[in-house]
Amino acid sequence: MSQAEARWLNANLAVALFALDPAALGGIWLRARVGPARDRVMAGLELALAGQRAARLNINLADDALFGGVDLAATLAEGHLVRSRGLLADPTVMILPMAERASAGFAARLASALDGPVRHGLIALDEGAEPDERLPSSLVDRLAIHLDLSDIPLSEAPDLSIDRDALRDARARLPHVQVPEAVIAELAQVAFRLGIDSLRAPMQALAVARASAALSGETEIEQSDLLTAIELVLAPRATQIPESPEQEAQDDTPPEPETPDADDPPPPEETEQDETLDLPPVELLLEAARAMLPPDLLARLQAGKAARPSASASGSGAAKKGNHRGRPLPSRPGRIGGDARVDLVATLRAAAPWQPMRRAVAINKDKLLHIRMSDIRVRRFQETSDRAIIFVVDASGSSAMARLAEAKGAVELLLGEAYSRRDHVALVAFRGTGADILLPPTRSLVQTKRRLAGLPGGGGTPLASGLKSALELAGLAKGKGMTPSVALLTDGRANVDLSGAANRGQAAADASLMARAIRAQGVPGLVIDTGLRPTRGLDGLAGEMGVPYLPLPRADARSLSAAVDASLNPA
Amino acid sequence: MTAFPFSAIVGQDEMKRAMVLTAIDPGIGGVLVFGDRGTGKSTAVRGLAALLPPIQAVAGCPVNSAAEADIPDWAKVEDRAVVEKPTPVIDLPLGATEDRVVGALDIEKALTQGQKAFEPGLLARANRGYLYIDEVNLLEDHLVDLLLDVAQSGQNVVEREGLSIRHAARFVLVGSGNPEEGELRPQLLDRFGLSVEVASPKDIDTRIEVVRRRDAYDRDPIAFTAAWHGEDLALRDRILAARAALPVVDASDAILRDCAELCVALGSDGLRGELTLLRAARAFAAFDGAPSVSREHIRLVAPSALRHRLRRDPLDEAGSATRVSRTVEEVLA
Repeated sequence: MSQAEARWLNANLAVALFALDPAALGGIWLRARVGPARDRVMAGLELALAGQRAARLNINLADDALFGGVDLAATLAEGHLVRSRGLLADPTVMILPMAERASAGFAARLASALDGPVRHGLIALDEGAEPDERLPSSLVDRLAIHLDLSDIPLSEAPDLSIDRDALRDARARLPHVQVPEAVIAELAQVAFRLGIDSLRAPMQALAVARASAALSGETEIEQSDLLTAIELVLAPRATQIPESPEQEAQDDTPPEPETPDADDPPPPEETEQDETLDLPPVELLLEAARAMLPPDLLARLQAGKAARPSASASGSGAAKKGNHRGRPLPSRPGRIGGDARVDLVATLRAAAPWQPMRRAVAINKDKLLHIRMSDIRVRRFQETSDRAIIFVVDASGSSAMARLAEAKGAVELLLGEAYSRRDHVALVAFRGTGADILLPPTRSLVQTKRRLAGLPGGGGTPLASGLKSALELAGLAKGKGMTPSVALLTDGRANVDLSGAANRGQAAADASLMARAIRAQGVPGLVIDTGLRPTRGLDGLAGEMGVPYLPLPRADARSLSAAVDASLNPA
Repeated sequence: MTAFPFSAIVGQDEMKRAMVLTAIDPGIGGVLVFGDRGTGKSTAVRGLAALLPPIQAVAGCPVNSAAEADIPDWAKVEDRAVVEKPTPVIDLPLGATEDRVVGALDIEKALTQGQKAFEPGLLARANRGYLYIDEVNLLEDHLVDLLLDVAQSGQNVVEREGLSIRHAARFVLVGSGNPEEGELRPQLLDRFGLSVEVASPKDIDTRIEVVRRRDAYDRDPIAFTAAWHGEDLALRDRILAARAALPVVDASDAILRDCAELCVALGSDGLRGELTLLRAARAFAAFDGAPSVSREHIRLVAPSALRHRLRRDPLDEAGSATRVSRTVEEVLA
């Protein structure tokens, strides 16, 4: 069985398990672009969920649509107050397309709906292309099953097989499934050893195991159910590879200081329980879990430097914080038409006090509502853009370490002072043959510290690559409704071109090309020359970027942040 | 559905202590709970609601007035009997409109009777209780500004749409959030009396116990809550006893000096730190059944009362919590 085939079978199983008990599982985070594979999963879900209430949401739904509110149309027609029930008044399986675009606020409301007393489930259809473009983590944490259907070839993705009779039987069996005492301990231990911090994960794994037992016709959770739970719930969330017992015995200093408990062999009484219940001990489960880990986990962990690519805590919240709508201002009297949106409620409010008077003088006494042009109110929003300051730091040559350290300090200082202003800060470092985005735009000091611990330095000066990364980041930031600006810190001349080859002439040409591209995009910024004496050509580059040139020899973190702040904040 | 019992929450002692202290003395101010996902932040708040002793309030009053005389003049209250009500714990959802938070023109009355009447918002309902904001660090700035003002003054003033309304809005602000998703402005931080950092328990037995209890609760909430009812009641009794003892708990000059020295050594902004530290220590002493505040009480509440008031030095790698406990050890040595 090929790997894609196995993953497809897993998806099939996941759909069936979710349909058994949507509320206990929370939901499915389905990461896939629109395509036949996703369509087939959705068709399978529809079949499996038949008979349960499902609702398709969209990320811009207002509160009254979700949770109920005044139904204006009905209120006006009936002449007395009519409230709408809202989509989430009854247990519902919510389907959320374009989930990666959901704002943190919308995600928080869905999260509270999932936590609430009405038992909902959520299928989040995430079409994110970039790793950082994803469902807000408040929801990721609450959805038991994480499925990634990208790169499953169509040939490996036949229609899902859903047996509705089996599902019906399993649903009846589900409340009677017994959970052996040891199972909870085992799932909690496996989750812990896989480096999963959130305590929701083992609970969700338990729910999946219970559903799996019901589906396979058992009345008690068995080993195969545990394996299913680990594969569907725990393995995709793993942030570390569990060590095998032999390794642990030799290894006196565990990689993480907080894992001493995990290194102890399982307490003896549990082993006894395991024997009596004929369930595999934790080590066996971990052995199986190791085989189920996503194949790229090891690579990610190795490449991940100090940053732990924790599945539950990448800063998607921060990245999502553009201002799509702006701060609402009080509605203003206005006219219908144009692109202004009529604020219906405010309009009715304006008209309400006059109704008895107008009714008295009205020609048509049957009219329920008398609205005059002067009552019309239009919505207004105040759009204030967040700033995104992109630091482009030269990490090449001998003074790289000092410069990087100061740039890092400046980033942290700017963030430290940035709460009242709406600043996001990003950091690009270039060295050797290319540029790395060390820190995508963020407002979180905590995340910054984590990402910036330990940066490498040295090598050639691929200035053009650095500027190119900055330009891409600026484009991304603009897409999220922020106002980007670029601060370039260097003391050298470009000597590596865009392709990564050491060619001084081509490198300079590429750098000036990128500089002009930045200018064409209208991205403001500044060039800081950190060399002891002014570097030839840098002021020319600044001119090509259309930004000020600032020689700042021996710049330290504080003078850097002050200079950047002053030049980007002329007020 | 009954909430998960407060006393059944495993571990997270600092968070539970902070919440109990605000229940003893609401004047301490709010509690800010910052930490990882899935650590029981919201569970604790909801459990607290069930735990708190009921309040005496006018039955029909929209702002939970304690006596008939306190009913705001705009409210047309029909049922004026003073009854026992559960302490209100109100959720303020992210993305709530300003209308819903402060109150607005009552559309029902406006449409059907053509009357200009005020429909109270969440702040009115939270009066004399708790206002809970999950993901407070993601709250829209204009709502934060508004909350700051109300939390400061204890009064909600509505001047809009031809309405001119004011009512009491004294509540304990409980906020939770994950610092990785954005920081909180220091002005808002300062308004929280206590701040707590929670992390997933690293001890495997604790983690197993958490999952076990949660599973038991999910399977049979009523039986589980009943099983823990005794513990909850005992805690409620301790809170009530502490409330009664609070006015007579003594704080010596030496203790006042300790508080002041601690705040000076930490360089915390303003006097709010000292005041909160003292109030929290006093409440804790009352909870402890002690006749007077001791250094041990200060030692235990100092991190919660002070860690969010330090002038932040972004270049300092150690967190504020470490700085506080280090300084506490030095000053109270």
